[in-house]
Amino acid sequence: MLCKGVKRKREEEEEEELTSQDWWLEEATPSPSSEEGAGPAPLPPSSLFNLSIFKLHHGLRRGEPDLRHLVLVVNTLRRIQSSMALEPSAPEPPCPAPADPFPVVPDTPLCTSVSALLDDLSHIEGLSDTQTAFPEDAPLSRPPDPGLDPGRPAPLGSLELLLEDGLEGLFDDIDTSMYDCELWPNLKTDSGETEDKIQGPGLDVSELDYLMDVIVGTQTL
Amino acid sequence: MFLKLSLRAVFLGAGGGNDIQWCFSQVKGAVDDDVAEADIISTVEFNHSGELLATGDKGGRVVIFQQEQENKTQTHSRGEYNVYSTFQSHEPEFDYLKSLEIEEKINKIRWLPQKNAAQFLLSTNDKTIKLWKISERDKRPEGYNLKEEDGRYRDPTTVTTLRVPVFRPMDLMVEASPRRIFANAHTYHINSISINSDYETYLSADDLRINLWHLEITDRSFNIVDIKPANMEELTEVITAAEFHPNSCNTFVYSSSKGTIRLCDMRASALCDRHSKLFEEPEDPSNRSFFSEIISSISDVKFSHSGRYMMTRDYLSVKIWDLNMENRPVETYQVHEYLRSKLCSLYENDCIFDKFECCWNGSDSVVMTGSYNNFFRMFDRNTKRDITLEASRENNKPRTVLKPRKVCASGKRKKDEISVDSLDFNKKILHTAWHPKENIIAVATTNNLYIFQDKVN
Repeated sequence: MLCKGVKRKREEEEEEELTSQDWWLEEATPSPSSEEGAGPAPLPPSSLFNLSIFKLHHGLRRGEPDLRHLVLVVNTLRRIQSSMALEPSAPEPPCPAPADPFPVVPDTPLCTSVSALLDDLSHIEGLSDTQTAFPEDAPLSRPPDPGLDPGRPAPLGSLELLLEDGLEGLFDDIDTSMYDCELWPNLKTDSGETEDKIQGPGLDVSELDYLMDVIVGTQTL
Repeated sequence: MFLKLSLRAVFLGAGGGNDIQWCFSQVKGAVDDDVAEADIISTVEFNHSGELLATGDKGGRVVIFQQEQENKTQTHSRGEYNVYSTFQSHEPEFDYLKSLEIEEKINKIRWLPQKNAAQFLLSTNDKTIKLWKISERDKRPEGYNLKEEDGRYRDPTTVTTLRVPVFRPMDLMVEASPRRIFANAHTYHINSISINSDYETYLSADDLRINLWHLEITDRSFNIVDIKPANMEELTEVITAAEFHPNSCNTFVYSSSKGTIRLCDMRASALCDRHSKLFEEPEDPSNRSFFSEIISSISDVKFSHSGRYMMTRDYLSVKIWDLNMENRPVETYQVHEYLRSKLCSLYENDCIFDKFECCWNGSDSVVMTGSYNNFFRMFDRNTKRDITLEASRENNKPRTVLKPRKVCASGKRKKDEISVDSLDFNKKILHTAWHPKENIIAVATTNNLYIFQDKVN
């Protein structure tokens, strides 16, 4: 492994030969124009694959993953996997990759594992989107993404996205039991109905929503 | 023969990087080999006049050096750089939402042009940009009527006469004070800041977004580029660097991890997701490998002072692009091609992810970038010659001319050459800066700052 260099005397330099034990010094894929004709065999893709998986897991275990590093490793993994998919019958020499706490199964669809990892990342990053300074209103703000799955919880993105997707999803986790009392017995709904409905066994969903909106001040009384 | 000699005489005066004899001038930083993490230099930047040189480090500190006034008796060298101001720019913070610590490391420093006696610079860590004012105080008021000299208030009843306070000289004090804090606008790690030529706005770029700020306004910024996919599983590319055009206040570029550069015009639309120009060189099929994308990832992009060209740095090369030609660079310089056969090992030890910066000289005729083993390289665009020099304390006698270094890629190593396997990959020069007007360069090793200048006869 290339590390801190040691200056060697000229005599030693001339006596040394390139050894085949340093497998990692060789280019991973055989390059047609390689000038190393008689050198050791290149690193098998499976070893690179294992190494890349190790890097991926190691990178994600860090406090805050380096997104550039992550993306580059993932893209490299994809390349390796495509290459391995094209050559399924290639012999697999013993893998000298570093001890890997994560058992690697090259046959496992990469897209599943990588997607899951990136999805985890998006949840982490999505949380901190709430800290984003909200941009100005249109035309400078970003238009809502029409590709958003309406069935998915609204992404915690910028304010205009939240407004356009509705606020319902934001308050799903709020305990609404306190609103099941008669604090506002005379509150009129949009339809003009009054006490009867409110004093009933429970508020219906639309009135509950209305009350919640009132509480959070998004509608004027 | 005579003609050749006279031509050479002309070139010697041309100011090219290789006809210049570079001499050691100064080295700043700790001498011992034990490097404290906080002392690792993370950015270097000259101000617009070159009088000030700022460094940022991993510990969140900014150190500013000031060039001495040129001494008429010392005609053989230019003024030395001495410490002018040191301050803690960023502190480690904690993101409670993600339960993560935000590093205080200074990723970039950019100077504002000087408008009055004070100097201003922007410094940024991963999440927050700060505008600092650096001002001098060399006099203080004395003779207050209601306060003693030590600051205690006097009993007003004891005041029988009035006097006018006067300014008296004092030892020079340099104060750094944060004037603006631009926070909470970046979800991902900020990699670039760039001040617009209007000197009123600036951009900040993280892995997926670029924001536009006004220097006076801290509570909002405009998002001008957003490459975050709706589904993060589709993420394949990140932003690696961004810079405003030096003259056109509506134009900026950003580079990507896939080796592309996009030039955007802010007049075209509010959200510059669609580029005006896309600069990309087709991959050389003979060099294709699993690491092709990683080594094509651009780590730095810099416009020339003229604004006509831009320079990009990827892992193995420096490329000069003409803004009018998108399909390939006009010039390509190999920084350390001998590493191409070592990419696997460099991938294993993560060196392949190192982000080297690059810079132009004042006249855009020479470009410089760093390498490993504390080597740095200069490429003269006119003569097409290049030189490799080393930042080392072994050459630290003032005005010692630096000897060119050479790496032996294969075959028998000649005398004074270094073989690839002897290179120290822990000694990397990622940050370099060139004085805007003179041949003075600042080269940062891990924790030392070297200043070299051309030999003045």
